[in-house]
Amino acid sequence: MLKNWWKILGVLLLVYTVYAGFMSEVPRMAILNETIRNLYFHVPMWFTMFTLFAISLYHSFKFLATNNIQYDSKAKEAINTGIVFGILGIITGSLWAKYTWGTWWTGDVKLNGSAITMLMYAAYIILRNSMDDEYKTGRIAAVYNIFAFVFMIVFIGILPRMTDSLHPGNGGNPAFGNYDLDDNMKLVFYPAVIGWIIIGLWIYQIKNKIAFIKTHQQNEISN
Amino acid sequence: MKYLTSLFFLLIVSVASAQSEPEMADAMRANGKIYVVLGVALIAMVGLIIYLAILDKKVSKIKQSLEEK
Repeated sequence: MLKNWWKILGVLLLVYTVYAGFMSEVPRMAILNETIRNLYFHVPMWFTMFTLFAISLYHSFKFLATNNIQYDSKAKEAINTGIVFGILGIITGSLWAKYTWGTWWTGDVKLNGSAITMLMYAAYIILRNSMDDEYKTGRIAAVYNIFAFVFMIVFIGILPRMTDSLHPGNGGNPAFGNYDLDDNMKLVFYPAVIGWIIIGLWIYQIKNKIAFIKTHQQNEISN
Repeated sequence: MKYLTSLFFLLIVSVASAQSEPEMADAMRANGKIYVVLGVALIAMVGLIIYLAILDKKVSKIKQSLEEK
């Protein structure tokens, strides 16, 4: 029980987030109305995706340095889990956009950037599946992963800040500068981000265990 | 004295409000029934998390049995 304390912390943070996300006071703004509460549920998806991709990057570096196939497996599972959160981010954002910007999808830089990011990481999975030799696959996938991570930062972190974007805080300002003024929202937003990241790490841990079982099975068959 | 009058006033107010409207368990219906939505969202989330915990336990057991071999 003691070694799972972080999972309990994550669950508690999420329960608090759902409660406070619905019940806390939020600024009254035109067009946004109550949908401003989506900040607590939409944005943490992207933070979680980013965290998992960063973990994947770390393991890719580790694999290139050590040639230990376990690191490659961990890098792959982190991307698999991260993609799920990215897809949830796109779907929740699309629903939010429909009722505030009036359309499911626009040519906004940040929207297109996140779509390209998802495609890049989907290509990572396809690239892996197209090769047989596991060490070769691991090295090529690791190098591709480093490129993908850099481009993700360019597409969702840098380009939206250089042109006008519908997203708040973009076009020169640091992200969510508009909300930064509201301390009430920070009290829910930061726990939400931490809570969702913990849930993401938990799912990632389970996926690693499954991967361990799978390789064990394969080794038994080949022996 | 001041304390006594305010207590008396509070008593009158509470009696008066009790007479005007029967007291019911209305907490779930306050604020346009938003608490009901909150309840549904919490049940769905907690249910999924419990499911995740069960999956975690099952997978961990299989992993452990493999490691012991």
